[in-house]
Order: sequence, then C-alpha cells, then structure tokens
Amino acid sequence: MTKKSHRVLPGFGLSLGYALVYLSLLVLIPLGGLIAKSAELSWAQFWDIATTARAFASYRVTFGCALLAAIVNGVFGLIVAWVLVRYEFPGKKLIDAFVDLPFALPTAVAGITLTSLYANTGWVGQYLEGVFGFKVAFTPAGIVVALIFIGIPFVVRTVQPVIEDIEQEVEEAASTLGATRAQTFARVLFPALFPALLTGFTLAFARAVGEYGSVIFIAGNMPMVSEITPLLIISKLEQYDLPGATVLAVVMLVISFVLLLSINLLQWWAANRHSGRHIDGGAQA
Amino acid sequence: MSIEVKNISKRFGNFVALDNISLEIPTGELVALLGPSGCGKTTLLRIIAGMESADEGQVLFHGEEATHVHTRERQVGFVFQHYALFRHMSVFENVAFGLRVKPRAERPSEAEIRERVMKLLSLVQLDWLAERYPSQLSGGQRQRIALARALAVEPKVLLLDEPFGALDTQVRKELRRWLRHLHDEMHIASVFVTHDQEEALEVADRVVVMNKGHIEQIGTPDEVYSAPASPFVYRFLGNVNVFHSRQHGQWAEVDRATHVEKDEALAFVRPHDIDIQRESSAGALSASVLHVQAIGPLVRVEVEHQGEVFEVELTRERHTQLALAAGETVWLRPRNLRVFQGEEMVSSQTFDLGAGI
Amino acid sequence: MSKVHRVNTESRPIRWLLTALALGFLFFFLGLPLLTVFIEAFKQGFGPYWGALQEPDALSALGLTLLIALLVLPLNILFGFAAAWLIARFDFRGKSLLTTLIDLPFAVSPVVAGLLFILIFGRQGWLGPWLQAHDIKIIFALPGMVLATMFITLPYIARELIPLMQAQGKDEEEAAVSLGASGFQMFWRVTLPNVKWGLLYGIILANARAMGEFGAVSVVSGHIRGETNTLPLHVEILYNEYNTVGAFAAASVLALLALVTLVAKSFVEWRMQKETAMLGAELPAERVPLAAGAPQPAPRGGNEKLEATRRFSERTEQ
Repeated sequence: MTKKSHRVLPGFGLSLGYALVYLSLLVLIPLGGLIAKSAELSWAQFWDIATTARAFASYRVTFGCALLAAIVNGVFGLIVAWVLVRYEFPGKKLIDAFVDLPFALPTAVAGITLTSLYANTGWVGQYLEGVFGFKVAFTPAGIVVALIFIGIPFVVRTVQPVIEDIEQEVEEAASTLGATRAQTFARVLFPALFPALLTGFTLAFARAVGEYGSVIFIAGNMPMVSEITPLLIISKLEQYDLPGATVLAVVMLVISFVLLLSINLLQWWAANRHSGRHIDGGAQA
Repeated sequence: MSIEVKNISKRFGNFVALDNISLEIPTGELVALLGPSGCGKTTLLRIIAGMESADEGQVLFHGEEATHVHTRERQVGFVFQHYALFRHMSVFENVAFGLRVKPRAERPSEAEIRERVMKLLSLVQLDWLAERYPSQLSGGQRQRIALARALAVEPKVLLLDEPFGALDTQVRKELRRWLRHLHDEMHIASVFVTHDQEEALEVADRVVVMNKGHIEQIGTPDEVYSAPASPFVYRFLGNVNVFHSRQHGQWAEVDRATHVEKDEALAFVRPHDIDIQRESSAGALSASVLHVQAIGPLVRVEVEHQGEVFEVELTRERHTQLALAAGETVWLRPRNLRVFQGEEMVSSQTFDLGAGI
Repeated sequence: MSKVHRVNTESRPIRWLLTALALGFLFFFLGLPLLTVFIEAFKQGFGPYWGALQEPDALSALGLTLLIALLVLPLNILFGFAAAWLIARFDFRGKSLLTTLIDLPFAVSPVVAGLLFILIFGRQGWLGPWLQAHDIKIIFALPGMVLATMFITLPYIARELIPLMQAQGKDEEEAAVSLGASGFQMFWRVTLPNVKWGLLYGIILANARAMGEFGAVSVVSGHIRGETNTLPLHVEILYNEYNTVGAFAAASVLALLALVTLVAKSFVEWRMQKETAMLGAELPAERVPLAAGAPQPAPRGGNEKLEATRRFSERTEQ
C-alpha cells in the first residue's frame, strides 16, 4: 500500500524522517551497542557473570521486592480507586489529584524522605521498631516501602476509569437476580476490573524492577541482602568493569522486554474482547 | 463542470473496494451513489475528491486529466459525514476558512470575506448563528454549516458523504428538499453517497446503484425502481417477492432450449405488482391468505403458496372490493415481472390485468 | 462519578472501612513523606534553610536542571508531534513496531539507560577514543546528561498526543486540505488548536520527569560539583555528607516543583474536561496513566464496513 499512492494529508515523509532519526539515535543505536558489547563475551563468560552468587542475590532482592510492592499496590490501589470513584467525602478531588505525586516527585526526594521516616529515629520507624521490633530502613522491607510509593499511581490510574465506566444497571441487574453485594462484586464487578487491575499491576511491577533513585537511600545496600541489580550495575561501572555491567544490563533488559511484551499482550487481549462490538457499531452507523 | 471516472480500481490489501468503475456526471446533475455498507461508494467519492488515490484508472474534470491533481487544487467542495467542522472555530470562522488560507495574492480583503461568509450563511438560513461554536448547534445546523463552508471556495463540484446519515428522520426529510433546491441554484455537478434508497430516489437526478465494488445499475430513480437491472437492485430498492421456477411453475419458466440448466430461473415481482383475484385464470397461482393488515394508504396481505410466504400490497379500494379474510383460498396474478437466471435477465413481462384494479 | 445516591452499594461499615483503608494508605505512603520533606528542611529554622539554598553549588545545580529541561523539551515536543502524526493519521507497514519502540524507554531501567550511552560515548566505548582524540566530552558532561534525559522522557508527549489525535480523527484536517489549506496552515490553524491541552499535559509530565530524573543522569554525570550536578544529584551528595538540612532544603525545592506540577496537571485536566463537554469532541474520557500500559481508545467508527475490516486487520497484526 505504501507504493506511490499519494497521501492527502501532508507531512508523512518529514514526520517519518524525524521520528526515525530521533529513535535511531536515542534508542536503536544505543541498544544495538549494548547487544554488540555483550556479544564480545563468549556464552560461558556471559553465563558466569550473570549467575554469580551476588548477582543472583540481587535479582532475588530486585524482583522479590518489586513483586511484593506490586501486590500491595494491587490490593490498595483497587481500594483507593474504588473509594475515589464510588464514595463521597470532603477533599476527594484534592486527594484524587494527590495520587499522582509519585509521578511528579523526583525519586531522590522520595528516597531520602522515606528513609528519614522509616529509620529507627523517624516518626514511623521508631514505633515500628520500638513496638513491633520491625526494622524497615536499611533492610529489604525498606526497599518494598520505596517501591510501593513509586507504584501507587499505576494501579489507581488504570483501574479508576474502568470503575467509572461500569454501568450501574449491571449491578442492579445482578441484585434483582438475587445476588448479594459480595456475590455481585465477585462475579460481576471483579471480572470486569480484572484486566485493568492486571495491567496496572504489571506496570507497577515493571517500574519497580528498574527503580534506582528512591531505593538506594533506604536499602542499606548490603551485598547479598539488600543490594538491587541496578546498584550492582553502578558499582561494576565504578570499578570500570564494563563487561560485568553490560551483562547485568542485558539480563535486566531481557526481563523488562518480556514484561513489556506481556503488557502489550494484555492490552491486545483486553482490546479484542471488545473489538467485536466496535466493528458491529462501525458497520451500522 | 462535469466529472468523468474511467476504469477506476482500488484495493485495500486483499479487499477489492472498487473493481473497474466507469461513470460520467454532467454539469448540473445531482447524482446519488447508493449501496450497502462496504460497497465502495465512499471510496469512490473520496477518489473523485482526491483524498484517496486509485490503483488504476483516471478521474477527469471537464474532460481534463485530474487523477494526480492534489485535493487542494481540485476545487471540490467536500461535505463530510460527521461534518468535520473545526471545533475550536466559530461558525463564521469555519465558513471563512477556505478564503483565509488562500495565497495572499488571491485572498479577498477582510470586508469581502465578511460579506461572502454572511451571504453564504443567509443562503443556508443560519446567519444568526455566526458567532456560535459547532458544539452549540444541532445536527441539522452543523450539516448546513458544513455545506456553507464547502461552498465558500466556489467549488466546481460538490461531493457529499452520507450528508444526512447522522440526522433524525424529520430533519433529514427537510434537508433533502433543501439540498435539491440548493443544487438547482448552484448549477454544478453534485454527487452524494447514501445507503438510504428513499433518499436517493427522492433527491437525485440519477442513481448509481453499487454493490461489492462494482456498479449494478445507473438510471433515473424511476428506472432503477421500476426496471431493476439485477436481482441485487430489486432486493436493495424496496420489497420484492421471488418465485422459483421449480416450485412455482410457469411464472419463472424460461425457454429451456436456450437456457440449459445452469442456475434456476427466478421471477421477481414487487408486492404492489401482484393482484389478488377470487377466480382462477391462466397463469394464476393459488394461495391461501394468512394475514391481512392495513398500513396507511395500503393493505398488506400475506399469502402462502406451496409452503412459502409472499407479500401482496393492495390499494384500500381493491381490498374493500375483495374483502379478504385469513384462511381463504385466492389466486395471484403478476402485473409486472422480471425473470433472472443468476445475474442475467432472461425475460421481462408486463401483463394487463384489466378489470379489478 | 454520579452524584446520585446509590441504593445499590456496600453497607455503611464496609464503606467506612474501605474509605479508612484508602485514606490511611495514602496518608502513610504519600502525605507523610511530603510533609516530612518540609519539616526536615525547616528543622533548624528558616535561616539555615535559606543559607543552604544560597550555596553556589545549589544554585548551579538548579541552573543545570533548568537548562537540561530547556534543551530536552523542544526536541521531545517535535518528536511527539512527528510520532503522533504518523501513527494517528497514516497507515503504513511497521506502524505497530514504531508504537512499541516509543514505549521502549518505559521498560528500561534508568541505570541501564545511562549505561547505554556510556557504552557508546564513554572512555572504553565505541566512540570513546575518537572523542578523546578530538577533545569532545559527552559522558560526565552536559551532552551525555541531555541524551540520557531525552531517552527517559522520549515517550511522554507522544503518548499523550497519539490517543488524542486518534480519537479526534482526521476529518478536520482533510476538510482543511480540501478547502485549500497548505500543510503549514493546516497544522497551525487546525491540528495545534485541537490538541493544545493534551500537548500541555504531556509537556508538564515530561518536564517533571526531566527535572527529577536521577538514575540515568547519575550514571552519566560524574557528579562534578558546580559543573555536572543537577538538583536531584545535589540532594544525594548532601545527604551522603550528613548535611540533612541542605539535602532537604534542595529536596523541598523539588517537592515544590512537584506540587506545582500537580496543580498545573489538574488545571489542564479540568480544561480538557471542560473543552470536551463544551466542544462535544470525542476525547478519551479519563487521563491514561503515564506509562506503557494504558489501553488506547478505539478509533472513531466510520460508516463503511471496509474501514472496520481494515482496522480489524491492523489490530490483529499487532
């Protein structure tokens, strides 16, 4: 279709040219460089660097904490979204706008603030440690706290519009058919929300995996215990161990791409469940 | 200015949107492109406007090659189905747009622009809405503004894509009459796309019936309705009864010597072209009355013949004469009937039923 | 968000419980941290706070932060328009690939993003020897920091414009062209006014990220005080030197910036909603989240089945 068919709207060539140059310079060539760099190593060398005990521990900390934070965000994000859409209380609009704070607040600021709050001298930390004997700052628990902060808006903002779109009639229909509120939620509402919740969860998880700024202050950064992979990459860089940093970066990238792919598949799946309706509607109009 | 379309073909991937279409539209004529969704009518209109390019074929304006002329230079007025009014401009600015974007040398002065826009707005009887925004107008008003905007650049050709598709019935009827009137004043070639047969028959000088990327028939509204050239046109324009030669005997009989059994012959008869009679006569089919219902000026009778249900429309007078009741046995006679084998018409017969009408 | 009282809702205790849980969660994880920034910053009174901000290093970090945002945003805006124009207005092979590439930076850890540029421009990188020979500094200098910030903020504006322009459809631009407008006239008179609020929204988000970016910039900056230190990096240095007041004073400037961002964002959202209601445009109903995952609204339905089939095949290709 691209052959010489002229296009009515102008600017195709110009836009394509600029977009391609921009993407090539910033994304394609740098990524190609990374792949090329890692290709200089043999498979065995690559494998050795990627699977040292310290690297393994860092994967466990990074992905474990990110998963835990995403689960907490999934649960509370759903509750927050539900409360913000369905209930009325004073200051609701303000709080709604406030949910986006983690998008706007630089991660370094979040990092030092959370650390001072959850350290054993901080407002929250002293009670947690004094009363419950639970240390947060400078342990993996601190990492989870930072990653929860980072991920809050993702779940809320993906689920919120879907709750808004649910037609009241659907719930009313369920209750006229004899369903209790709990049954209505479990059988009618939750299945409708689930794709969005899953998307939000995946986004929060993906963001948390790559997070660096907010984590390094609160983590304590003890190798094997509370060292995340991005930090390990930086310490390799500081020792001029470029191959080591490259290998860990490739491992992280591959995992991130798998995540991105699953996000797109989720989206595709969610879109396709409704696509039949769009096509019928389009044909009738 | 006349429009000529020569051997146009257009494909989207594997989908053939237009298959070797040729068409001529003389100046002053109002032509309807009529067909179901996906028949290619909008694609053809967009190719004439230069918004889509054809894979093969030519478009000529007034005998001159225009296939590769850019939309900007074609001097066509295009009215979009969803109006495509500029949402952030007032009605006045919308209509003035085409004048304001002219190259400085050709651009009229501010006073002239004002005068021309207001003249057009009063032509579409909406001059009192000049300062409003599109969102503050009703659908019918938006459509008229879209027309005024298209006319502001004094187009040589007016193209309208489903101009009344998004409006409700009442407004639609009013605008149809108004479009006809406007077209007669402008004396340009106009083409509009529609899937509504009533609209096409009521407004157009000529109707182009399209189906699956090709033209089924071109003719005056009366021609396409009374003398359809194909089974598709029969079915698309109004109701029709279909009689099968095997089941319904001589109605669809054809000379078997010339037409060896390829397709079964089918006889097409419009409901109002069937008369119901109480006595048997040559060529009449016996049927039993299922249901009688008066609809406005007509009476619709459902009858059954050999297990199939047909529709007959009688005038109220005829119905009073007959006084039909459900369950009675009656005889059907055609007044006007066309027999097709596949796509091909093999006979067309008109019968004078004489008395009883 | 109907104001109508719903008969069909949870029982009162459950409503209270859920509201308390939601507000408690937001208070502990959002409200308290924000409050802490300002309390820590003013712990020793206004004098030391103001003094910390007057430090030449703090001022030069602020200047560098603003300069980077100023350099990155115009290029990013152009890219946003180019990408949105391509994706929302044309059909071409590789369109879904292009969409994926735009989202890619969301999936890359900022630290890895920084590393990408070190591998190319760093001392041991591909171009390293050549750059050294010609005495050009990219890594541990402004150009590297700009590149890293460009990478991180690449999707933001495009991501706002694409769904907006898809929802608006290309009818108005085609109408402008059929009325004789040139490409330039069409852009300034039709396209830009139609997306101005969406564009502003994207700029606000991209700006917040550009000014606040830490990981990627940290990798390529080299932390040279007074030279390659941005405000977030300055916060880190002071904090690691146990200069709590200084760190939180700088952090408070960034927090203030975040609050301004939130206010501006809410204002733009409000304007967009108003405009949607007023202009009856078919805009996406809610703001989509900042990142890759937001489902895009389906393009407006045309009347031809052909269009529907074309759209369907596009979707299945992805």
